[in-house]
Amino acid sequence: MKLGFLVDLNLCMGCKGCEIACKVENEVPLSSWRLRVKYIDIGTFPDTSRSFTPLRCNHCENAPCERICPVSALHYLENGIVNVDNSRCIGCAGCMMACPYGAIYMDPETNTADKCTYCAHRIESGMMPACVVACPVEANIFGDIEDDTSHISQYIMAHQGDVQVRKPEKHTNPKHFYVGGGAQTLNPLAHQRIEGYSLFNKITHLDAIGDKNHGVLDRFLAPFTSHGEMDNKSFMDFENDMNAHGSHEEEGGH
Amino acid sequence: MVENTIHATQAVVTLDVALPGIIWGWMITLNMWAKSVGTGVILVGAFLLYRHKKDEMPNIRWVMPLISFIFLNIFLLFTLVDLHQPYRMINIFLHPHWTSAITVGAWMASLFTGLVTLLMLIGGLDAFPDVRRHCPFAKKIRSISPFYEKVFPFVVFLAIPVTLYTAIIMAESSARELWQAPAEVMQMMWAALLAGSAALILVSKNWSQEARRDLAMVLAIATFFSFLMYMGEYFFSFKSAEAEATLAYVHAGGEYNAEFWFGMILGFVIPFFLALSNMKSDNKTLLRFTAILALVGLYMAKDVWLKIPQMLPLS
Repeated sequence: MKLGFLVDLNLCMGCKGCEIACKVENEVPLSSWRLRVKYIDIGTFPDTSRSFTPLRCNHCENAPCERICPVSALHYLENGIVNVDNSRCIGCAGCMMACPYGAIYMDPETNTADKCTYCAHRIESGMMPACVVACPVEANIFGDIEDDTSHISQYIMAHQGDVQVRKPEKHTNPKHFYVGGGAQTLNPLAHQRIEGYSLFNKITHLDAIGDKNHGVLDRFLAPFTSHGEMDNKSFMDFENDMNAHGSHEEEGGH
Repeated sequence: MVENTIHATQAVVTLDVALPGIIWGWMITLNMWAKSVGTGVILVGAFLLYRHKKDEMPNIRWVMPLISFIFLNIFLLFTLVDLHQPYRMINIFLHPHWTSAITVGAWMASLFTGLVTLLMLIGGLDAFPDVRRHCPFAKKIRSISPFYEKVFPFVVFLAIPVTLYTAIIMAESSARELWQAPAEVMQMMWAALLAGSAALILVSKNWSQEARRDLAMVLAIATFFSFLMYMGEYFFSFKSAEAEATLAYVHAGGEYNAEFWFGMILGFVIPFFLALSNMKSDNKTLLRFTAILALVGLYMAKDVWLKIPQMLPLS
């Protein structure tokens, strides 16, 4: 069995239901994402279009993150899933440097690497990943790509010539496919990501990798101090945000 | 083909999450720089010991492993400090994953540091016989003094992979296309020779003029080839579009452009000519100034090369 994922970008309408389902199912902290849907606007008014691209771990057969991990925190499951063991991770961020798809993040609560696991815990119980269940248009297709009769295999066969993977030149052999994608949606160099440019929120970079309130000394003191844990409230310092930025309108928020 | 450019297609990200910026920052630059000094002094020291009699460099037997020990510990300290879970470093030894250059490097660097510590203790206690004269541990170390010459060739041999394994880590960081160049391996070696010769120059006051001339020669050669390699990567076209896009952060001006050229001029070009001139006239002060410039410039060059590939969006 080799589990794979396929997203039909012709069907995706950018509702972000999969994003939220993933967040809830996996208790992904604020500022972090296992799955995100990127909006890309193409063309010049009035000839414009908007594309939506769900991005998650590609569960590569030849995964650079698994290879570089010094402690096997990232490891393969028998069904092809590249899983992550947070209790073993040392937080070196080697996997973040190795993943060509930027799919790995440093969890700000645990200060360990984390990523999409295709909801391995749900698979184990015979359920589908949360994002698949949440998709209202069945754009997310999941299944065994070694089984010729599975829905995903049939879909790939039916759309031959239009099935793509991201960055095939990296020879990572991803097990995550796209139908209906183009260079503008799948190649990050083919579109601009302008800092501050906004539709609903500012395009920006993270202030810190991992817990932003966790300095070098805190990393060593964390086991001995009671406030080592971090929760979502830590990100909700609205008072300071207001002071820093003036108002939400100024931030471009709605 | 204008229709293939971003301006023609006007493809712009209009909604996305915040992406990570620079993940490996100044601590990793310092880590690599300190390792270059730590292994470089052993490599250059071995070259000097091969070329000259020990009498010409009276303190090299203890000062060389001492410098290496100090900088290897800086390297190990910042390796540890940069981890988000520093206490779990032990997992590298308890649950090693041997396909990872980080694991192999950590094991080799630990062994190397252990052996350098032994050399430092033997060399130091031999050089200062009155220190800890009655201490049983010091007596034991002094009793194994001949072990220094036996273990030293192995330490020199080990210094090579310890120098180079960072290049393999960078090669395994397959998301950062700029580091995938084979030139990285040679850059690491030249950096070690540059840093090693520069560090030894700073302690070569009482050494023979011939030994200092050899140090100036190694520094001149290392700065020359380091500069050539960076220029090769800067000007020549890469196969990969990502590497080209990464280099644009230097080509297009801005802070990394300034840091890069400061590194090139201060660290490589000026020290090259100063070291060349010192091979003819033995000016100790000027040579020390050259060594400091080279060390500062090397840090800047490494810093730029480490950071710019991390600024490219990966998805």
